[in-house]
Amino acid sequence: MTLPLFSPGEDPGPSFFGLLAHLGLESPGPQAPMGPPGVTHGTTVLAIRYVDGVVMAGDRRATTGNLISHRSMEKVFPADNTSGVAIAGAAGPAMEMVCLFQLQLEHYEKVEGNPLSLDGKANQLSQMLRSHLPAAMQGLAVLPIFAGYDERVQTGRLFQFDVTGGRYEERAHAAVGSGSLHATTVMKIRHHDDLDREGAVDIAVEALFQAADEDTATGGPDPIRGIYPVVAAITADGYERLPDDEVAARTDALLRRIGGGEAT
Amino acid sequence: MTVPMYVSPEQVMKDRADYARKGIARGRAAVASTFQDGVLFCAENPSNTLRKLSEIYDRIGFMGVGKYNEFDQLRIAGVRHADLKGYSYSRDDVDARWLANQYAQILGQYFTHEMKPLEIEILIAEMSLEPGDDRLFHLLYDGTVMDTTTHVVIGGEADVIRERLEASWSDGDDLDAAVAVAVQALAGPDRALVPDDLEVAVLARENGRRAFRRIEGEALASLLG
Repeated sequence: MTLPLFSPGEDPGPSFFGLLAHLGLESPGPQAPMGPPGVTHGTTVLAIRYVDGVVMAGDRRATTGNLISHRSMEKVFPADNTSGVAIAGAAGPAMEMVCLFQLQLEHYEKVEGNPLSLDGKANQLSQMLRSHLPAAMQGLAVLPIFAGYDERVQTGRLFQFDVTGGRYEERAHAAVGSGSLHATTVMKIRHHDDLDREGAVDIAVEALFQAADEDTATGGPDPIRGIYPVVAAITADGYERLPDDEVAARTDALLRRIGGGEAT
Repeated sequence: MTVPMYVSPEQVMKDRADYARKGIARGRAAVASTFQDGVLFCAENPSNTLRKLSEIYDRIGFMGVGKYNEFDQLRIAGVRHADLKGYSYSRDDVDARWLANQYAQILGQYFTHEMKPLEIEILIAEMSLEPGDDRLFHLLYDGTVMDTTTHVVIGGEADVIRERLEASWSDGDDLDAAVAVAVQALAGPDRALVPDDLEVAVLARENGRRAFRRIEGEALASLLG
């Protein structure tokens, strides 16, 4: 490895992908068609907007076909200090995409001296998805949710994507993954504009619980092993992952509430 | 056909060194020093946008003086190299020594082979995880590398500032004391520097993974007291 110096005409600028392409280090992607079996997927991840920002949450289960391949997978990550990304889809490419996305945001910030705007970050993710489309067509689709605190308008914002790189800003909540239908129903019924952090976390935990209840590929809370959903709050103060104790306490409260009233 | 005039290699090198030194001496100085919680960078820089100090990687910082476009090009190459290496291997495999060696190669190459040497001096600092093991690499225009664990002054009037710094620097200062010492050394007895004249940043162990933080505005004003 030598120091990457470029002449002005060839300079890749603040883009890490440009740098990789310049040095011929881009991954080629799958060449032959692959079927869905054998590929890890199935998930519920979601984001909810509340008064101070956004709450993001994701279950912990990874599946391979009908088997559980991992019980404590993390699907919600900080993208940088003021934004987060949650992923659903094929685990390997999804992790790689998150890793590259985080790196690109940091790389841009260091080269340019200023971070990208929130729209700029969402757009970058959109472009990554677009270039991932061939792999998605072969069964290795990745679907992220991107959320963050936008300093310019002083509010939390969240974005949903499709495999072609389409970017859709949501006003209140978003969910992707095999359990997203059930999670969305809970969020849709319980979301309101004056939601505070506690309320948003409660909805997130309940939405994931209901998704896990109906969808085999979404993992529910696992008190025996002490595995609870990953929940993070993004506000003006930055990205903060909630401690497991707090999520456990919220889950216990939910279970008591459901156990006391509704039929399970 | 005219016979080219003979110039001895000693004379060529001396001329180039003088040229580079003159270019560097025109700019204002910058100081890096280790303190209790990490590494402090302090530069006299009236510009708020053209930076002399910046972040290279998690625990690696960069400081350059001299021609802005020349050291900025090396800074960006350093960021690219560090990010590539961290992506290919692991974040733990990125170190300042390797980067300093690469910079030295480039500076040496320019000094001996190009029309004009780079008129810059660079400092690369790596903060250690535990106190007492921070490293400062000081690179000269001709590719000379020096490493130290205490303090470095680069830029114009570096010798005078170094003397002042040596007189007041002490091992295990806290941030307030380290900033005061660095700013006093930069300013000298006859001047007072205000926050607008300064660019200050730290690599601090308390900052988590990305240890580099700028100290600006009110935070800097209150530090300077």
